[in-house]
Amino acid sequence: MKGNEALAEAAIRAGADAYFGYPITPQSEVIEYLMRENPVDRTGMQVLQAESEIAAINMVYGAAGCGKRVMTSSSSPGVSLKMEGISYIAGAELPCVLVNVVRAGPGLGTIQPSQSDYFQAVKGGGHGDYKMIVLAPATVQESVDYVKLGFELAFKYRNPVMILSDGIIGQMMEKVELFEQQPRSKEEPEWATVGKKEGRDSVIVTSLQLQSEEQEKVNLRLQSKYREVEKNEVMYETYNCEDAEYLFAAFGSCARITRKAMEMARKKGIKVGLIRPQTLYPFPVDAISELSERMKGILTVEMNAGQMVEDVRLAVNGKTPVEHFGRFGGVIPSPEEILEALEQKIIGG
Amino acid sequence: MTEEIIIAGFGGQGVLSMGQILCYGGVMQGKEVSWMPSYGPEMRGGTANCTAIISDEQISSPVLNEFDTAIVLNQPSMDKFEDAVKPGGLLIYEENGMTRKPERTDINVCSIAAYDESVRMNNTKVFNMIVIGGFLKVRPILELSNVIDGLKKVLPERYHHLVPLNEEAIHKGMDIIKSEHKAD
Repeated sequence: MKGNEALAEAAIRAGADAYFGYPITPQSEVIEYLMRENPVDRTGMQVLQAESEIAAINMVYGAAGCGKRVMTSSSSPGVSLKMEGISYIAGAELPCVLVNVVRAGPGLGTIQPSQSDYFQAVKGGGHGDYKMIVLAPATVQESVDYVKLGFELAFKYRNPVMILSDGIIGQMMEKVELFEQQPRSKEEPEWATVGKKEGRDSVIVTSLQLQSEEQEKVNLRLQSKYREVEKNEVMYETYNCEDAEYLFAAFGSCARITRKAMEMARKKGIKVGLIRPQTLYPFPVDAISELSERMKGILTVEMNAGQMVEDVRLAVNGKTPVEHFGRFGGVIPSPEEILEALEQKIIGG
Repeated sequence: MTEEIIIAGFGGQGVLSMGQILCYGGVMQGKEVSWMPSYGPEMRGGTANCTAIISDEQISSPVLNEFDTAIVLNQPSMDKFEDAVKPGGLLIYEENGMTRKPERTDINVCSIAAYDESVRMNNTKVFNMIVIGGFLKVRPILELSNVIDGLKKVLPERYHHLVPLNEEAIHKGMDIIKSEHKAD
C-alpha cells in the first residue's frame, strides 16, 4: 500500500472517532483515501474536509476536548498553520494524533521530501513550554503501527502525538500488514466535556490561567509528565553497532538510505553502525551517550541543514566528534554521497 | 536476488503502473518490494518515473542512484538514466521517438518497438504491458502468473475483463524484444 493510504486505513482501524484535514501535497492521499473509504459506514468514524488547516486543528481541539480519538494530517506549510492550535491542545492537555508528511521549506518551498521540520516537531513550533511525543516512521509498516501506538500514547499522557513522516514514506508503496479493526471507545474520560450528567463534576477545558502561580503549576505538571515520557517511551533501533568504530545517526526515510550506505561501507571494511531514533521526542539520549563512548566519530544524516545533529551533540556531550551531512530543498541524498561524507568528515576528519 | 529497476517515460505511458504491477507481482511471489514514484508536478505528456525494487531480502533504501535495470520510454529518460545503469546491468528502450541509441558498451542493451506493436494490437493502452513482457523475457525474475495476479491488484475490478488482452500484450512483448548489445 501507499504510505499515506496505509496511514489513513490505520486511523480507521485504530478506532478513531474523527479525522479533520485539509489537502496538501504530498499528504493529500490521506484525506482522499478517507473520503473514498467513507468510514462512517464501517465504524462510525467522521471525516471532514475543513475550510483550512486552522479550522481543522481547532476541530481536533474540540473533538479531543470531548474525549474523542481524533487525528489530522498535513504537510509542512499546513502544519505551520496548525501550530497555534497544537500549542493550545498541549496546554489544555488533550490527546490527539497529528501527522506531518514533511516537504521542503521554508515558506511554500517545494513538494519534494524533506526532514526540515525536525525542530518544529521536537522543539515546539507553537509557543510555550510544551512537548509533543514525536514518532518517526521509516517504513509504510511503521506509518501504520505508529497511528495505533500514537493514540495509545496520546491517551496515556493526555498529550498530542506527532507522526513525523515525509514525502518518501508518504508516496512510496511497500508491503504492509494491517492490524485488526479496533473498536471505537465508548469511554467518557473524567477530563472530557461530555455534558454534566448526574454524578459528573463540571469540566472546563482551557489553556488559560491568568494567575502566574496557577500557570506555573500547569507548567510543572507538564514538565513532570514529560519526564515520565522520557523515562518510559524512548524507542530506537541499532544496526551493526556491536563491533562498530563509527556511527551513523539518522531517522525516518533517511535512515533507510543511510542503512544502504552502511552496507556499502561494511563491504569496504569500514566498521560503521547505525542508530535510528524511532521517537524523536523522547530522544534516545542514553543510548547515544553510551554508544558514543566507543565510537571514533558520529555522522548524522538528515534531509535538512542540521537539526537532529544538535540533539546528538547534546547526548554525546563532547565524548566523540559529531558531524552532520545533509541534502535539502527536496533533494534526497544518495547512499554513495553519505559514504563519501563519512569518509571525509569522520574518518578523514 | 535483488532487482533494482527505474522505469521512466512520458506521463500517460503507464510508467507508474508498470512499476506497481511488477511490485504486486513480487508480493504474489513472496518477495520484498518497494515502489517510489516521482511525484513532482507531473502531468500527461510530462516526464514521470518510478523506482521499483524486488528482493529476497529486506529493502533498505527505496530511493537509488544506480539500477540493475533501466526501462526508458523516451529520449529525455534515456539521457537521464543511461548513466545510472550499473556496469553489466540492463537498459531497455522503446524505439519509437528515440533520436539516438544508447552509447554505453559496458551494459546490456535491448530495444522494443512496443508502441508499433500496440498499434497493431489496436490498443495503445497495452503499450506498457508489452514493455513488461519484454523485460520479463530478458530478466525472468517473476513468474507470469504472479505478474497477472499483480495486474489484477492494480487494475480496477471493472476492467478485469481486459486481463486476457494484457496477458496477450505481455506475450507479444516477450516475442518482439531485441538484444542490441551485450555488455563487454
